[in-house]
Amino acid sequence: MTDLSKRLAAEKRFKYIAMFAMCLSLFFVVILMLKIFTTGSGAFIRTTIEASVYFDPNTIEVTNESSIKAIKKTSYVNLADQIVKDNHPNLNDEKFILVREMYTRKFDFQLRDYIANDPNIIGKTILMDITASSDLDQIVKGNYPRDVPEAQRKINDYQLSVLDSLDADGKISSTFNLWFFTNGDSRDPETAGILGALMGSFYALLICFSFAFPVGLLASIYLEEFVRPGKLTDFIEVNINNLAAVPSIVYGLLGLGMLIGVFGMPYQVPLVGGLVLGFMTLPTIIIASRASLRSVPPSIREAALAVGATKTQTVFHHVIPLSLPGSLTGTIIGMAQALGETAPLLMVGMVAFVMDIPGGALDPATGLPSQIYLWSESAERGFLEKTSAGIMLLLGFLITMNTIAVIIRRKLEVKW
Amino acid sequence: MVENDTLALKTNNVYVHYGSKMAINNVAVDFHKNQVTSLIGPSGCGKSTFLRCLNRMNDVIDICKVQGEFHLNGIDIYGPEIQVENLRKQVGMVFQKPNPFPKTIYENVAYGPKIHGIASTKTELDDIVKDTLNRAGLYSEVKDRLDDIATGLSGGQQQRLCIARAIAIKPEIILMDEPCSALDPIATAVIEELINELKENYTIVIVTHSMQQAARISDKTAYFHLGEMIEFGVTSNIFTNPKHEMTEAYISGRIG
Repeated sequence: MTDLSKRLAAEKRFKYIAMFAMCLSLFFVVILMLKIFTTGSGAFIRTTIEASVYFDPNTIEVTNESSIKAIKKTSYVNLADQIVKDNHPNLNDEKFILVREMYTRKFDFQLRDYIANDPNIIGKTILMDITASSDLDQIVKGNYPRDVPEAQRKINDYQLSVLDSLDADGKISSTFNLWFFTNGDSRDPETAGILGALMGSFYALLICFSFAFPVGLLASIYLEEFVRPGKLTDFIEVNINNLAAVPSIVYGLLGLGMLIGVFGMPYQVPLVGGLVLGFMTLPTIIIASRASLRSVPPSIREAALAVGATKTQTVFHHVIPLSLPGSLTGTIIGMAQALGETAPLLMVGMVAFVMDIPGGALDPATGLPSQIYLWSESAERGFLEKTSAGIMLLLGFLITMNTIAVIIRRKLEVKW
Repeated sequence: MVENDTLALKTNNVYVHYGSKMAINNVAVDFHKNQVTSLIGPSGCGKSTFLRCLNRMNDVIDICKVQGEFHLNGIDIYGPEIQVENLRKQVGMVFQKPNPFPKTIYENVAYGPKIHGIASTKTELDDIVKDTLNRAGLYSEVKDRLDDIATGLSGGQQQRLCIARAIAIKPEIILMDEPCSALDPIATAVIEELINELKENYTIVIVTHSMQQAARISDKTAYFHLGEMIEFGVTSNIFTNPKHEMTEAYISGRIG
């Protein structure tokens, strides 16, 4: 009998090391998630101040036609100022500025949308929850400390006293921040939303998919089914594998130099961003598709050929349907990777401040990761929340896409 | 055995090379209409290679070079005017391992008629599928589940489905490459019985490892050894009175 104790001990040791490594990585993931969630959850809540709003026809100055278009063109800055004055009587000019700062700068837009919704409101008085400025919001959420010297605070003592008296009157409340999901970017954290970046990423991925999937699928079919293996295919194969490992910023440079520089495509649009992401995803798709084509048993090809199908019929009737789940899985995983890529977007300009929500692939836009990057660069505490919330959204999409890939693989996979 | 039956497929001076390696060396076999011809011999003797020359399945192998005469009803099947898809419509094939398409039973049988445009209407196609499955002895077993995936059938049923798929396009010749090697004895017996029935309408060439099977089902037998055809003749003669000593050694189990 040989002594097994040494070998068994080694096995046990290995097991513990592996378990330790797993626990360590799990620990880091949990820390990361906790950090993101605790920082980012604030972005879904916004602080509002209740005020009575009199839609004074004298201040509004809407022309008689009062069509929605005219309402939207009119400026409501004066009305907004008037409402703040009405709710805080007896302010001198200096204090009025301080109190006005407590409300969002975009109050006038809020008023505009309200009137556009219901023009009959003009001349009436209602109670309205007005969004607070981001600095006030952060004080209420407790993210800014109150007990530091006034000079180190964004909100001064007078504003704090106004806040406290408003709070005592029960006028401060928190509501769900729908704006985060329905607004484009903004200079003010309280009105900044992710929808613009989301749509930018959506259009970019749409372009990416419609370019990379057919091209990748057809390239893999050609390489796997039609071309005779030889020096040329070996060369192509090596290059495809290398391309899959090329840093994404290089693809960004390709987009900048070729698409924008040579072909004169516009800067900053999802069309170019999507094509660049498509270049980047192409090798992944080709490699995955070739692998899934190769996993289709040769007996199926023989069976089709033996009943007199042509090569093309064999491939399109039998081989592709069987390999499609694998190709799709590879494509979705490649697109999930593309969704998270920032560097190519930076190179083609999809990282600028864009307020409008893009309506198509040719409108200026940012993408999700570049929006997160932009927000992370901002100094305001309010954007820190947005950064984490944006990451949460991005992670959510990544997990969803990868889950879809797994489901497709499970559901459509052919059992032999 | 009547010796003046019509010739279905005549081969002569057949040489096959895989690259520089010779796989078939000067083989000549004649296949007669409505007969079962079996090709027997030890592994690697070239019998499958030879079989695959008859419907040009070797075309897909780049390094495979086929030379010789192959005349189907007097027409050279390697001739320049021959379209290989049409040839395979005339010469069907059944493979060693059952390889139904992972589609429905119906689609498996209907595929050939569909691509060759044999049926013009859906009812016509339905009739072909039903008739074909009947002739393959499978209809009664699967008539209620024509829309089930074919890979769910048993091995023997799958192989009969493959035979049905081959005869659905009404070929003249059916090539069978060890069709029973993956099946149990009962399924094998069913297939052998089917081959006997199919003989009435088709010319059958079967490669088999089992000498008993060759003896049971074939009218003629060709014995292959290392790429050469050693002996060809009426099956009963080959098994009872082999002329060549190597054939005798093989059928008596001394080599193989």
